[in-house]
Amino acid sequence: MKSIINSFIAILIVAFSAKAQQTPAPKQSQTISIVGATAHIGNGEIVENALVIFKDGKIQSVTSLDDTSMQPEGKVINAQGKHVYPGFIAPNSTLGLVEIDAVKASDDEDEIGNYLPHIRSIIAYNAESKIVESMRPNGVLIGQITPRGGRISGTSSIVQFDAWNWEDAILKEDDGLHINWPRNFSYSWREGSYSPNKKYKEQMDELSLFFKKAHAYHKSNSEKINTVFEAMKSVFDGDKKVFVHVNSEKGILDALAFKSNFNLNEFVIVGGEEAYKVASDLKSADVPVLLQRIHSNPQFEGDDYDLPYKLPKLLNDAGILVGLETSGQMERMNSRNLPFYAGTAVAYGLDKDEALKMITLNTAKILGIDSFTGSLEEGKDATLFISEGDALDMMGNQLTQAFIQGREISLESHQTELYKRYSNKYEHNIDD
Amino acid sequence: MKKILVAFVFCISFQSFAQDYFPENKSVKQNTEITYAFKNANIVKSYDDIINEGTLLIKSERIVALGKNVDIPDEAILVDLGGKYIYPSFVEIFSDFGIKEVKRPSSNGSPQYDANRKYHYWNDHVRAEQNAMDAFSFDDKKAKQLRKVGFGLVNTHFSDGIVRGTSNLIALSQENDMNNALVQKATAQIFSFDRSQQTRQAYPTSIMGKMALLRQVYNDAVWYKEGNSKNKDLALEAFNAQLSLPQIFHTDDYLDALRADKVGDEFGVQYIIVGSGDEYKRLNEIKSTNASFILPLNFPDAYDVDDPYLTKYLALSDMKHWYQAPFIYKMFEEAEIPFAITSHGLKSPDKMFALLRKAIEKGASKQAILEALTSRPAEYLKMQDKVGTLKEGAFANFLITSNDIFEDSATIYQNWIMGVKHELNDMDVLDISGDYKLKFKDKTYDLKLKQKGKSYVAELKRDTLKLGTKAKFENNWLYITLTDEDKSSNDFMRLAAKINDAKSDFSGKVFAKNEETYAFTAAFQSTSDETNDDKKEEKDKKDDDEMMIPVTYPNMSYGQPKSEEKVKPILFKNVTVITGEEEGTLEDVDVLLKDGKIDKIGKDLKSSRAKVIDGTGKYLTAGIVDEHSHIAATSVNEAGQNSSAEVSMEDAVNPDDISIYRSLAGGVTSIQLLHGSANPIGGRSAILKLKWGESAEDLIYDNTPKFIKFALGENVKQSNWGGGVRFPQSRMGVEQVFIDYFSRAKAYEKLRNSGKPYRKDVEMETLVEIMNSERFISCHSYVQSEINMLMKVAEQFGFRINTFTHILEGYKVADKMAEHGAGGSTFSDWWAYKYEVNDAIPHNAAIMHREGVTVAINSDDGEMIRRLNQEAAKSVKYGGLSEEEAWKFVTINPAKLLHIDDRVGSIKEGKDADVVLWNAHPLSVYAKPEYTIIEGKIYFSLEKDQKLREQLKAERSQLINMMLKAKNKGLKTQPIKKDTKEFLDCHSLTELN
Repeated sequence: MKSIINSFIAILIVAFSAKAQQTPAPKQSQTISIVGATAHIGNGEIVENALVIFKDGKIQSVTSLDDTSMQPEGKVINAQGKHVYPGFIAPNSTLGLVEIDAVKASDDEDEIGNYLPHIRSIIAYNAESKIVESMRPNGVLIGQITPRGGRISGTSSIVQFDAWNWEDAILKEDDGLHINWPRNFSYSWREGSYSPNKKYKEQMDELSLFFKKAHAYHKSNSEKINTVFEAMKSVFDGDKKVFVHVNSEKGILDALAFKSNFNLNEFVIVGGEEAYKVASDLKSADVPVLLQRIHSNPQFEGDDYDLPYKLPKLLNDAGILVGLETSGQMERMNSRNLPFYAGTAVAYGLDKDEALKMITLNTAKILGIDSFTGSLEEGKDATLFISEGDALDMMGNQLTQAFIQGREISLESHQTELYKRYSNKYEHNIDD
Repeated sequence: MKKILVAFVFCISFQSFAQDYFPENKSVKQNTEITYAFKNANIVKSYDDIINEGTLLIKSERIVALGKNVDIPDEAILVDLGGKYIYPSFVEIFSDFGIKEVKRPSSNGSPQYDANRKYHYWNDHVRAEQNAMDAFSFDDKKAKQLRKVGFGLVNTHFSDGIVRGTSNLIALSQENDMNNALVQKATAQIFSFDRSQQTRQAYPTSIMGKMALLRQVYNDAVWYKEGNSKNKDLALEAFNAQLSLPQIFHTDDYLDALRADKVGDEFGVQYIIVGSGDEYKRLNEIKSTNASFILPLNFPDAYDVDDPYLTKYLALSDMKHWYQAPFIYKMFEEAEIPFAITSHGLKSPDKMFALLRKAIEKGASKQAILEALTSRPAEYLKMQDKVGTLKEGAFANFLITSNDIFEDSATIYQNWIMGVKHELNDMDVLDISGDYKLKFKDKTYDLKLKQKGKSYVAELKRDTLKLGTKAKFENNWLYITLTDEDKSSNDFMRLAAKINDAKSDFSGKVFAKNEETYAFTAAFQSTSDETNDDKKEEKDKKDDDEMMIPVTYPNMSYGQPKSEEKVKPILFKNVTVITGEEEGTLEDVDVLLKDGKIDKIGKDLKSSRAKVIDGTGKYLTAGIVDEHSHIAATSVNEAGQNSSAEVSMEDAVNPDDISIYRSLAGGVTSIQLLHGSANPIGGRSAILKLKWGESAEDLIYDNTPKFIKFALGENVKQSNWGGGVRFPQSRMGVEQVFIDYFSRAKAYEKLRNSGKPYRKDVEMETLVEIMNSERFISCHSYVQSEINMLMKVAEQFGFRINTFTHILEGYKVADKMAEHGAGGSTFSDWWAYKYEVNDAIPHNAAIMHREGVTVAINSDDGEMIRRLNQEAAKSVKYGGLSEEEAWKFVTINPAKLLHIDDRVGSIKEGKDADVVLWNAHPLSVYAKPEYTIIEGKIYFSLEKDQKLREQLKAERSQLINMMLKAKNKGLKTQPIKKDTKEFLDCHSLTELN
């Protein structure tokens, strides 16, 4: 009984504190011109002393001020010495599905069961999450909200981070199916160590059988509706991408075989810790990688200490299309560090512009949303921000303004409000 | 029954030829005292003392005489050994032979905090009153296995608990009635670091808890002995009575061996340590224990490395252990560390001789191995005159073997135990191998008999004709079945002959077709000339006996061999120095490191001896200090009680944690290894320098400041773990825990200082240190209410809280913290992982700093510690602090909080040379360390790292080749396992090995 009351109280408190959410911004009503900034397009190009014009939520043009073909119009923002970036994208994220890790009542990321293509993350996405709003001051403005657990954990959707409700938030609904590939090693609590997973083949076969059955279901004209298989239709049609979460070299090769067996053209490796070892196979299969969190420990005692840091470079050099993802321990609150993951990859050898691509246009391409977002290019959503300095560096990542589909969003959060409240209490003189 | 046993032991120990007083109802009473004389034997007392053609005379269970000229009494039964060998039989020193497995009591689902037993010690894991007899029943099957490999006596104990009580010496006699089996009761007192399975009492859960418990037992035993206890304690009584016995301590790895010795040293006890077989990894430290060792005989099998994808999961350390473990006896012998050998842990004793031969191949001497199985264990049990030896008056425990017992070809014929013969192999069996001329029915054949294992093969030829044969030799009867000369016939002939002498003529009968029989004769020609390919094998062995892959420190990836090279001074030229001192940032200066210190900072410095490092465009800073870390630990939490002030993380340091190396690569040089947050009063800290490769003791700061972990909030009130039965379960209770403990500590101090008798209580001593400001608190804390509370409690007892760690709501009470004098060591941006961090903000550090609190940014995480420079930079981003202020958050400020700022934390002449050279400004995301130096020695550099990577690859491929070779030779392999590297944090409850 006590625990029921406790969880009830917890729900109440969570519900109440959610009130602190920033109000979503209204539609863009006037044309905005950002003048004089360094524009990082997101496709590897940079325009110095740029003029960025956007209207009705769409980018009109990005030109150099030296090129006089375009002139500032509408509301002019002077951004001399500053930087403009496309909004950063956090793929494979559980933002909005869990509010507080240790409070079970606030956790909606994992449904029971093993094959759950019909489970849809989008309806559980909490657009008013305090964690989500804390992404924005660091430039992370878009996320792929992904369920966890099971062999097929479910179907993700892509959202932007300034919305009244999940429906408003949608950029692409039901964009991907997520498969957790069987592990090569399984953990034994009794032994306290990993040993080869004896069921690996069996588990792969089970997955194949599931796909075969789903395929057969769609070929037959059965009148009995199977909800689970219905959710697979868009996979076979190629509308829903298949994201395979797998890290091991062997697992990746087996996943590629699976891809060709089922003719899955829209296919993405997520995690990909050892993808660099099979880079040529990935390249010839034209499969991109959403690479695991850069701030990780190496898996093996004997690995190079900087192996996780240099993985983006290793894959990029091999010609693989790479985006960075953030899943792992404390993944939601840490997702705001996405730009610094990219920055760390630069410290360990990656080109800075390539690093930026890995959290903007590359990711948009991998998610299939690059036609309308992911870079500062004409006709795309005006989802972008202005930073005082280099947004991939903690020292430079200081947002002055941010826009989602042209709407100027608040950069305040539960956290900045507390900062201000207590700074005022102590009469500290802080900027802003 | 028990009394009778004891009486009997008394009898054989001191009056071996006394009258037999047992009644006999089955027959008439017979004299059982028989004398045997074994003559013509090579009696191996030791390899330096072999009596050739000697005689051994035994009467009943004793050796009466031995030597070259022994008078053989008329009544003796004479056994002519004809050049066979006699060895003392082996003594199994550490065993749980015959001990029934204990059943664990069932759990009611909640943790149990109190002991099960009454009139015994307060902790159920201390079971000094146990004796091996309590759970003993003679195990015939196991006895037979042990006899077969030469053991005569076994020292068995009840292998359960931390203090396990006493062992008994048991004779593995076939006549297994108990009267003969028990040789000596209470031979030794046994210890281990393993919890008792007979109880579910929670404390101790960790290695440091187990050590603390042992120390308290020693303290309590003294106090009890002096008659200060009101209650009877049978465990302590037994413990005190058994202190004069040999004290044997069972350990699971070399670190535990050092830990056991450390506890022993504190109380003037020298344990005999049962090792695990990895002690060669730190031989110097092992030697300096001055302990005698009992080493196991279980060398790992090679790993099955056929699958290269799986092989990468195999750690270098595991591969090296496979290769290096068989060298351990040799290494102990060379280092002159005394050792006995136990077969404990060896799954099948049958493998014993193969393993011993392997150790001899790897360079151990036969003498050392023999000693380790005979006289050494006897000496450990203080029974060297009676067992493990061949001398007058000793027990008649000996082996008769065909030849040198450690040779591949040796057979043990008989194992005599307490004067009773156990026949393992027929000693009278004749060696009939050789060439013979076989004649029957006018035909002459060449017969060749060859020994193959325990049977024979026969070859029968007449000129070029070769007949098919099958031979059998049993009870000195030879049977040969042969095919007919006419190959088309399906008939067989059979030969049978009784053979009376080896290598001589014999005759017998042929049984042919139609029951026809006729005689045959076989004339002995010569002993067959055996062609052997031993030479090639010997060469193979030679390759093996030197260790090709050296022990490194640590003995794993990125370890290095010990270097005696003196550390050269280092001179950084033209570098930008972020001093962390008033001087701020100095551009384009030189810094000289000498004798472990920062010697000089200035322009145009020169040193002829120094290694010069060009610092152009680079940044030199003090090494990062992490106020809150759990790397380099075997265990983090002693969760068995709500206070564990008696435990110390210094006991749990693990110098073989790869995280040490990786943290160096992130520029970290010092850490506080904190106890976890499972209880309000946690354990004492270890403050370490990350001197990768050095021993646990050498990582700990000299004259280390004293710290202890306290904790508040969800973890200590067990919001997300535990069974809800431990006090406290609310923040209200947490306050009272502190008030209660400090009140008791005040009373304790008063009693202690009064001169009256008192029970030394390590937990209370620690709390008294805190109240006297000799030990400082680093308190895990989150919400403002509890932070405020703890400061008030401290003030009430007249001391200050040194540091609040985590302190995520510190910004809400920063003014009170500043006034109280508490520092804050916090995460840069963690939050929302549990309810109490819902209001955590990344601006926390900045607010506290502005309010005058000494602020540090810490990791509490084996990943984040690798990039604390980035975490410091977040205070620039979120709090708008200056770069210099932010940098202090990970250097001089945590040094101040740890009271080591006089030694480290900034670049200043005279301070320890703990410095890092960065390729860019260290607060930049683009920065990485190029050199990490502690006390003037380079522990990490990019260049060195590159070399270590290459060394690692070379060693791995060398070892993999060796394993493939082992598998091809037909040796057994084991499947690959992936060792988990668990990253410990505050609430890690598991104990790592």
